[in-house]
Amino acid sequence: MKSFLMKLASVVGLLFAVVALNFLLIQFAPGDPVEVIVGEMGGASDELIAQLRADYGLDKPVIVQLGIYLGKIVTGDFGYSIYYSQPVLTLILQRLPATILLMISSVSVAVVIGTVLGIFSAKRPKGLLSHFVTIFSLAGYSAPVFWTGLMLLILFSSIIPMFPVSGMVSVRGVEGPVEYVLDVLHHLVLPTVTLASIYIALYSRLARASMLDVLGADYIRTARAKGLSERQVTYGHALRNGLIPVVTMLGLQMGQLLAGAVLVETVFNWPGLGRLAFESILRRDYPTLLGILFFSAVIVVVANLLTDLAYARIDPRIGSRKKKAPSPQKAAQ
Amino acid sequence: MKHFRKFALGAATGLTLMASSALAQQSLLVGSTQVPRHFNGAIQSGIATAMPSTQIFASPLMYSDSWDPIPYLAKSWETSADGLTVTLNLVDNATFHDGTPLTSEDVAFSIMTIKENHPFKTMLAPVTTVETPDATTAVIKLEHPHPALMLAMSPALMPIIPKHIYGEGNIQENPANLNPVGSGPFKFVEYKQGEYFKLEKNADFFIDGQPKLDEIIVQIFGDTANLVMAMERGDIDMLPYLTGVRDIERLDGTDGVSVATKGGEAIGAINWLAFNTKKAPFDDPKVRQALGYAINKDFYLKRIMGGFADDATGPITMTSPLATTDVEQYAFDLEKAKALLDEAGLAPDGDGTRFTMTIDYIPGGVETGRNLVEYLRSQLKQIGVEVEVRTSPDFPTWAKRISSYDFDVTQDLVFNWGDPVIGVNRTYVSSNIRPGVIWSNTQQYSNARVDELLAAAAVETDTAKRAELYKEFQQIVVADAPILYLSEMPYSLAYKDGMDGIPTGIWGPASPWLDVSMPE
Repeated sequence: MKSFLMKLASVVGLLFAVVALNFLLIQFAPGDPVEVIVGEMGGASDELIAQLRADYGLDKPVIVQLGIYLGKIVTGDFGYSIYYSQPVLTLILQRLPATILLMISSVSVAVVIGTVLGIFSAKRPKGLLSHFVTIFSLAGYSAPVFWTGLMLLILFSSIIPMFPVSGMVSVRGVEGPVEYVLDVLHHLVLPTVTLASIYIALYSRLARASMLDVLGADYIRTARAKGLSERQVTYGHALRNGLIPVVTMLGLQMGQLLAGAVLVETVFNWPGLGRLAFESILRRDYPTLLGILFFSAVIVVVANLLTDLAYARIDPRIGSRKKKAPSPQKAAQ
Repeated sequence: MKHFRKFALGAATGLTLMASSALAQQSLLVGSTQVPRHFNGAIQSGIATAMPSTQIFASPLMYSDSWDPIPYLAKSWETSADGLTVTLNLVDNATFHDGTPLTSEDVAFSIMTIKENHPFKTMLAPVTTVETPDATTAVIKLEHPHPALMLAMSPALMPIIPKHIYGEGNIQENPANLNPVGSGPFKFVEYKQGEYFKLEKNADFFIDGQPKLDEIIVQIFGDTANLVMAMERGDIDMLPYLTGVRDIERLDGTDGVSVATKGGEAIGAINWLAFNTKKAPFDDPKVRQALGYAINKDFYLKRIMGGFADDATGPITMTSPLATTDVEQYAFDLEKAKALLDEAGLAPDGDGTRFTMTIDYIPGGVETGRNLVEYLRSQLKQIGVEVEVRTSPDFPTWAKRISSYDFDVTQDLVFNWGDPVIGVNRTYVSSNIRPGVIWSNTQQYSNARVDELLAAAAVETDTAKRAELYKEFQQIVVADAPILYLSEMPYSLAYKDGMDGIPTGIWGPASPWLDVSMPE
């Protein structure tokens, strides 16, 4: 309990640091939201510009703005989006589900496929499949995610028009709830495959290496000597330990996954937080961008907490004898 | 996996079939990358808001393709002999979407709201009051004659908003900006931020038999490549404000898709090169002119713009009744360019270089921006001018550089917005040299005669005399060359074959889509 409270305190501190740092970093970008608004309006008078700056508190010193912002965050007020003229929280809550859906589906696909491929290639490290997995993962990992997305779009939306090019659901509307779910799934396929492609590569390499390691360990030899079937050895004994690096990586990758989501959401016009973040940067919509960054930080922190929990479950030594076990972060470094 | 694919495909086809049979027969799906901040065109300019705003709100006048006013909310109108009073006789059967009748009170309220809040201050600045002797008469009182008022009464600039909804509190924060109530041909239904907004037919519209469409859905795309692909596949029916030359060519060659290359002349987007006229050597008109003669405009129009852009020779959009072509044409002539630079005292050094300059461009535009400046880099070498291209990562970065005069030459794209008083004057009058404001007189150009002419033309009610004043202005500015005019922006519109009533008027898609209809 005490350690949990300690953790919670450090999480809150971390979030504050993230917010303050983001706030200051944004100030380095040239131009401000009022210039963008005025730009899109095609020019404006000095009074309007001054009024807009005052309305959004941009006329105050940066440090005062930061203080005001931090004070508001504590009360759950994320401010008002300058560009989209609505509360940032409303905007983010509208977009959050789409991003979470995309992240969960991509992670699930990546972990399942990646691990399975990894196990198979570890069992026959010199086999054809193993080589194929190596090449495939290398290609998937090196290809820029937006390029993969565009190629998939051209192939499966333009040449073979199998999937829709854009959006999360048909804008003309669908009839019932079942049709709605199917429609969303249909739209979800390409973005998921794109975002998962990098991580399939990563997880399959990781699972392969770790399984190879584990399969050569003494206790596996013992298990084999006991006369256990190959299936029992692989899935019952080896996989448990072999999975630990994969889970560790999964937690650590959440931040990067969000970064990848920015690109994938832009390419596929997915109405999520990533695209909103991208658009907010272009429009210097500080309140929206800060809100998104805050929520992203929360997602990453929560993912890391969940990783810790999952870690303890897979390897009971970690939960009970914490001091002796390496922390997941250290293991990854 | 195979099964799933089949299943997904089958399900999708089934859905499409179901959807098309169940929904309205006249449904238009538009794709756009323009994200409206909100829908209240009375306080927000720009095409992102103007396109939906002109569907939701009606305005006093509309305009024909030949720039003549057409009755809309105003059945008739007259300007007094002294030019100080403009009387509008309104239709008596217009109602807002909430059922409230539209009266002269709303017109007066809208005009004063626009005057106080719209970014284009010059548009209604001379209006002192709007009198409302009865429910269908609005009398606009002016401080001095203001011929620009006529074009300012267009749908894109003067939406009539209901007083009982927008009249209270700070209008910038009125929730009805995102949930608008107007009297136009279409009613607002919903806006799903980042996905789409939906409008439906106003069955009580005051013009009988219009509009033809039952609903309009505008799907918002984050990326043009994606948008063009959606049009190519037939996912969307119409794609307005298409600017990329390769995209236009691609859609023009797509079966089942037509492209209209006309429309939006009143918006009058002109692509040009602007000089920082306070910075040497560009403070010398000879240097600016020399660059004008060194640019092969024919090459630019035919090769870079693929023949889709019209030539621009001056500050006023070519089809405007106030434009003249009787100006210096800057016919391509490298020798003349070199001679001018010699005269300006910029002799070539040992390597043949006369001077080095930077060129900025608005990020995003491929042909009008990046390709153009790359062409200039090699082209201007021929007269001994070394060009360094400065790329901006995004629009605010570029805007900051230009509005703080941190540039030599920049490509820019500036809109006329109907009357020259609204969109042209701002670039040239010396009183509009305002640091930190993009699309003000960022050239820092100042010419007493130009100031005088523009002031006189702004209050001249006789169209012929007014055109004369603008003619002299255009001749001076083109000869002085604070700006080199390159082309009008091609704003093309792609649509599904068989559609009718495509909005290709002078305001393009930023005008009510009364006659747009889908193929049966």
